[in-house]
Amino acid sequence: MPELTYRDALKSTLVQEMDRDPRVLLMGEDIGVYGGTFLVTEGLLARYGPKRVIDTPISEAGFIGCGIGMAMLGLRPVIEVMTWNFSLVAADQIIQNAAKIRYFSGGQAGVPMVIRGPNGAGVQLSAQHSQALESLYGYFPGLFVAAPATPADARGLLRTAIRGSDPVIFLENASLYGLRGEVPDEEYTVPFGQAAVARHGRDVTLVTHGRTLHMTLAAAAQLAAGGVESDVIDLRTLRPLDMATVVESVRRTHRAVVIEDQGGLYGVAGEVMAGIYERAFDDLDAPVVRVSGEDVPMPYARTLEVLAQPNEAKIMEAVRRTVA
Amino acid sequence: MTRVRVNGDGQAMVRKVEHPGVDTDVLLEWYRSMVFVRHFEEQAERSFRRGKVGGYLHLYIGQEAVAVGVLGAIRDDDIIFASYRDHAYVLLRGTDPGAVMAELYGKATGVCKGKGGSMHLFDVQRGFYGGYGVVGGHLPLAAGAAYTLRYDHGGDRVCVCFLGDGAMNTGAFHEALNLAGLWGHDGLCPLVLVVENNQYGMGTSVPRSSAVPALASRFDAYDIPNEVCDGMDPEVVYDVVRRGVDEVRRTGRPWAVETLTYRYAAHGAADLLQPYRAKTEVQEWRQRDPIAQTEQRLRHAGALDDAKVEAIAAEAERRVQEAVTFAEASPEPAPGELYTDVYGDERQRER
Ligand SMILES: Cc1ncc(C[n+]2csc(CCOP(=O)(O)OP(=O)(O)O)c2C)c(N)n1
Ligand SMILES: [Mg+2]
Repeated sequence: MPELTYRDALKSTLVQEMDRDPRVLLMGEDIGVYGGTFLVTEGLLARYGPKRVIDTPISEAGFIGCGIGMAMLGLRPVIEVMTWNFSLVAADQIIQNAAKIRYFSGGQAGVPMVIRGPNGAGVQLSAQHSQALESLYGYFPGLFVAAPATPADARGLLRTAIRGSDPVIFLENASLYGLRGEVPDEEYTVPFGQAAVARHGRDVTLVTHGRTLHMTLAAAAQLAAGGVESDVIDLRTLRPLDMATVVESVRRTHRAVVIEDQGGLYGVAGEVMAGIYERAFDDLDAPVVRVSGEDVPMPYARTLEVLAQPNEAKIMEAVRRTVA
Repeated sequence: MTRVRVNGDGQAMVRKVEHPGVDTDVLLEWYRSMVFVRHFEEQAERSFRRGKVGGYLHLYIGQEAVAVGVLGAIRDDDIIFASYRDHAYVLLRGTDPGAVMAELYGKATGVCKGKGGSMHLFDVQRGFYGGYGVVGGHLPLAAGAAYTLRYDHGGDRVCVCFLGDGAMNTGAFHEALNLAGLWGHDGLCPLVLVVENNQYGMGTSVPRSSAVPALASRFDAYDIPNEVCDGMDPEVVYDVVRRGVDEVRRTGRPWAVETLTYRYAAHGAADLLQPYRAKTEVQEWRQRDPIAQTEQRLRHAGALDDAKVEAIAAEAERRVQEAVTFAEASPEPAPGELYTDVYGDERQRER
């Protein structure tokens, strides 16, 4: 199996899908001439021309709304947001139009569209450029929310997203673009709503998604050295949310810790915990614990930013409390 | 032809020049259509008052000439986006009035299975891509749809987007139109923008909401050719729009028209007191009622007399009552419909 970076897994998948289907087109700020803020679309303008790789003005509501209209008419736009923070100025288009058109049209129109870009914090971008938005978009029926943590899943989930018939919120992360990993050669897809078990263990279930998978795996490795074996579940998509895999694991381990980047209130971890309590309460030997970002706007100073985010030590501490 | 100039205060001055001369048969057909739309809307309001229609109800009464003139000027394979004041467009596109009324009644037989209601009518088969409830929010959709019409097949279809004067003050308007103007430079945005300046966005008049009340001039900022016309005369609307649409078809560039019109109806059916306008103002606009004007013209041409006027009204009312009967007799949506149409592939829902 070849090794690819997360960035190259995304880019090569875009190329494969654009070669396969002429209806797939790209749109976003500085994705063409400039090559993409994180270089995911570098070289694609030269390959496909300006009709299929559209450099837009700084008009998120405008071009995301245009993507919705294109999708309704049968194209498959893949739209890059420079970061998910800027999607908030297009929240009306995403939430009020993309998510709901199929429903209020009684199934007459659909919006097969992908919006992708980096989500969350980690590189000292401070408060306005560090928001993690999975629970916001996860709230809305009609949207799918995917958050690949590995190059292989970046490819498989992006392919599912592009080939599907509904709007997909595709959450990447700046710190993941350089990550290397094995990516299968064959034309595979990763279905939505199917979590991955990233590590097997019998003592505790660790549930996470996106960037925090990697610190969770590092913590699990250290815990194993101390004799605590973790089942690590990577949710991969947050809507649909694969509670079946989580519950199955908790029934075996009787303990769970849920890890997420965003603040703990009204978040993904809270949702997962509620699902565990609803479906596996009697199997629990200890309260479920969550490790979330701190409940503050993201600070700039590196030392404060580190404090505001989950990390290996916090995860290990939470696990120790749970298995104690 | 009737054209309109706008003076320095943004006040429209209507000037009669000559008549474009639509065939009497065509004009008679438009007359029938306008009468039918008005009867439909009057019935919708009665049904609302009787509690049969819920939610918001935005009526088109007074603005009929715009829809009739514009739809008369485009082809069946052109597509349309609109706001929530959307009954007239689908009715004129030929959607079964029973299915439209049933949608207002929230019935299973409605055009959207009772899931959209008055504000979200759709008839994709007839090129009507919806009714949208967030003011201005549909403009980007229409621009993207227009791009799609030129994306692969290079045909000459156009996308018509109806919008209100109030929508022109939203951010979505400006972002969408800048994109449309840009794409138009490459012949990739055959978008026809029809502003229905009915003088108010709810209770706020144009001079109280727009720093430059000559609204059409805003399109200049986005390199979109534009015109202003009398929106109370279907012949004028038709004539101006037909020429604009021809140009859009040929060039793939957007074009806009500001039609000066008026809704006699309340903004929504709950807008009872209307403290924002004088009764006399409504009366003045009624003097130029599109249906009455057309009727006069047809009488003058010998195509209408009292008996025929009555017969046309009776036929409109009969069709409307048929629609009501159908809506009333239709079943409620099945409870299982609650969960359908959320996703295209329902298996993708929660596992
Ligand atoms: C973004 C937004 N703000 C406020 C409203 C409430 N609202 C509904 S219609 C309307 C007036 C719109 O006026 P205009 O665009 O002129 O259309 P008209 O109703 O006159 O046809 C308002 C303020 C809304 N639907 N959407
Ligand atoms: Mg208005």
